[in-house]
Amino acid sequence: MSTFVEEPTPVESIPEGYLSGFYSRGRDWVPAIIVLVLALVAWQEGIRIFHIERFLLPKPTAIAQNLVDNWSQLWSSGWYTFQEALGGFIVGCSLGILSSFVIARFRILGEAFMPYAIAANAIPIIAFAPILNAWFGIGQESKMAVAAILCYFPVLINMVRGLTSVPPASIELMRSYAASETTIFRRVRLPNSLPYLFSALKVASVLAMIGAIVGEYFGGSQEQLGIIIKNSASLFMFETAWAAIVVACLLGIGFYLAVSLAEHLSMSWHPSSRGASG
Amino acid sequence: MSPAAAAVSIKGVSKTFPGGTTALQGIDLEIGPGEFVSLIGPSGCGKSTLLRVIGDLIAPSAGETLVNGKPAQQARREREYGIVFQDAVLFDWRTVAKNIALPLELAGWSRQKRHERVARMLKLVELKGFEDHHPWQLSGGMQQRVSIARALAFDPTLLLMDEPFGALDEMTRERLNMELLRIWEASGSTIVFVTHSISEAVFLSTRVVVMSPRPGRVADVVTVDLGQPRSAETREEPRFFELVTQVRDALHAGHGAKEPA
Repeated sequence: MSTFVEEPTPVESIPEGYLSGFYSRGRDWVPAIIVLVLALVAWQEGIRIFHIERFLLPKPTAIAQNLVDNWSQLWSSGWYTFQEALGGFIVGCSLGILSSFVIARFRILGEAFMPYAIAANAIPIIAFAPILNAWFGIGQESKMAVAAILCYFPVLINMVRGLTSVPPASIELMRSYAASETTIFRRVRLPNSLPYLFSALKVASVLAMIGAIVGEYFGGSQEQLGIIIKNSASLFMFETAWAAIVVACLLGIGFYLAVSLAEHLSMSWHPSSRGASG
Repeated sequence: MSPAAAAVSIKGVSKTFPGGTTALQGIDLEIGPGEFVSLIGPSGCGKSTLLRVIGDLIAPSAGETLVNGKPAQQARREREYGIVFQDAVLFDWRTVAKNIALPLELAGWSRQKRHERVARMLKLVELKGFEDHHPWQLSGGMQQRVSIARALAFDPTLLLMDEPFGALDEMTRERLNMELLRIWEASGSTIVFVTHSISEAVFLSTRVVVMSPRPGRVADVVTVDLGQPRSAETREEPRFFELVTQVRDALHAGHGAKEPA
């Protein structure tokens, strides 16, 4: 009888904690932070040297000052807008996922609907925002609707791809075990679709913020980020407009990072969790 | 099931694909329990199709396939066989142990029984200590051993193998050949093995079925009368070379030309 143990391909130690990859990348951010600081300094000094008017571009320090002065108002508006984005994200992504289940299960539906889903994904849905205001009123619902529609199509398309692009041998293997379609769906198609789902969710988190803010430009209560940006800009309060944009950026980045963290936690098995390719 | 029933019995099987390609024509083949039979032939001779007909993964256009005396479909539903593909087909989201346990989960085994069996299979394919690794952390040869462990985990009487070592380097392949023979001996199962390597087919098998291309037919059946158990020295016996030549000639005859393979 032969005994042998092949050398395993070299693998860095298995991540000790689910978050290890996340934290170990902290050091990798140092160059990016240096670039940010340099950009802010260049911005500040550029305005002084070239005498750029404040309505064209305010100084970062002026924006920061405004941000501090109006923090409570900006933050509560930002939170209000974030709720719209989050609501739309949840509704749009859930519907996208549910639709993908149906479409992946019944091929004829996929053939009937996927061309339109792909076409819909290519059109500027944001153009419908004023019409959605007319349909759903100028409250939070219309902005959620914009965000939901923006999120729906990329999630649907990516999920259908994830559920259907399973290697044929995986299906043959499951059939050799006399597995039912439901079992194949649950044990193979669903886990196979997770990487596709999360890349769509990350895109959707960005789109949801865009949808909510742009939706607000077309009207709504004073308590919204989009309205603050629009009104401050038209009243020549550019520092406030910029401060509101900073809040929108912070919330958008936070949203994106939250989705990335969820991805990291639910896909610790994935080769990308090694931290090499992130 | 009567003890006399053949492990695999193929009667008049033909397969024409919807495009009009005839992959198999009039295949008759009996494989006895405990045999190790290789299907060999040039690409496109339908050997993989024939394997899938036995496994009821492809329905034949004509003819009948029995596995352990039962129609192929019933045999599949009753999980009479395990299958190994050219790619290991392991699921990245499962650890090695859970990949091996997959068929046991589907068959409704208890956690305790699964655990015991997986430990035994890991020992059989010499992968103890790797149970918590994920497939992408293993080399190609190790992945294929996990795949073999999974196929054998529920003690199927029949093992179907579709060019399982085709993607591996020559050295790994020869080691896994030895490994497979040891497992075959230990498990007593019947193996149907698709390959396009003549020496691999002769080294492993008790019989080599030589197939001709388009449409796939059985061109010849070569009985391999080398002694058991086989060892590295088997490959140096004069009889080994004679049999390799015999299979090669049969392949070329089936090809209908003297063109080298």
